[in-house]
Amino acid sequence: MKSIKYILAGILFGIIMSKSEAISWFRIQEMFRFQSFHMFGIIGTAVILGAISVFIIKKLKIRDTAGNPIVFQDKEQSYARYIIGGTIFGLGWALTGACPGPMFVNLGYGYIAMLVVIFGALSGTYLYGLIKDKLPH
Amino acid sequence: MILELIKQPWSWYFSGIMIVVVMLILLFWGKSFGFSANLRTMCTIAGAGKKVKFFDFDWKTQKWNLFFLVGSVIGGFIASNFLTNPADMELSANTIQDLQKLGISFNGGLNPSELFSLESLSSPKMLALLLIGGVLVGFGARYAGGCTSGHAISGLSNLQVPSLIAVVGFFIGGLVMTFLIMPLVF
Repeated sequence: MKSIKYILAGILFGIIMSKSEAISWFRIQEMFRFQSFHMFGIIGTAVILGAISVFIIKKLKIRDTAGNPIVFQDKEQSYARYIIGGTIFGLGWALTGACPGPMFVNLGYGYIAMLVVIFGALSGTYLYGLIKDKLPH
Repeated sequence: MILELIKQPWSWYFSGIMIVVVMLILLFWGKSFGFSANLRTMCTIAGAGKKVKFFDFDWKTQKWNLFFLVGSVIGGFIASNFLTNPADMELSANTIQDLQKLGISFNGGLNPSELFSLESLSSPKMLALLLIGGVLVGFGARYAGGCTSGHAISGLSNLQVPSLIAVVGFFIGGLVMTFLIMPLVF
């Protein structure tokens, strides 16, 4: 039963990603070429509204549905891993037009070729785990 | 009536609001929104934990996220089969022109058939580009400790400086690929 609610949330996410066109390779190209406000508007709205929500949750110490405090984990302080890792991610994002979520939404949408990108992403994740200790973090 | 409304292309502000709704739903269920963690979990399930320490963790704690992933595939299927709108996507004319110079034509749909049709997979070049792109996304997401959902949405919402650095990185990489590498490889 518990699993159903996560599937439902995922379905909502998939529909949002599709209808907002955030899963579109063309939209990602348009964003990186600064030729439309669309993607910036989506991410900007989400960040501003998200920040307000997080602020309120912290301020009012709002609890989750199980009654536990909602905790926000701080990201580990560093510079190298975020700038290098982020840049590598961006190279792939622009080329495939898909970050991890949209890869799977696109697959459901009917773009079977996305399986190649997903296979690549799993290989990339594995490769990271393999050489993690040799990388600057 | 409502269905007709959903079928329309969504405005950027409605889309942004709905993404926050998903983030909040997960927060109220005691979970943190971050999609790329699933890639690590899938490696662990495939047995990577036996050889590489990074994948040796109790993946059952991430089961909820895998269900979320399954849902997202179903959501894409529902959107394409029941919620589409017959009009072409309103892509910027400048983008259409720029992409034409790279040999990629806009067909009105979400993704170019030059890259994502099944026929394109018979081209070794396109196959290699999709594969390499995927490797970069997977490697980069884990190295940076998150992707668009974990850093750009969850992280920035929590005013995390590391997430801001990661997002700057996303754009450095995206711009280098778009303006320097893509003209060479396409």
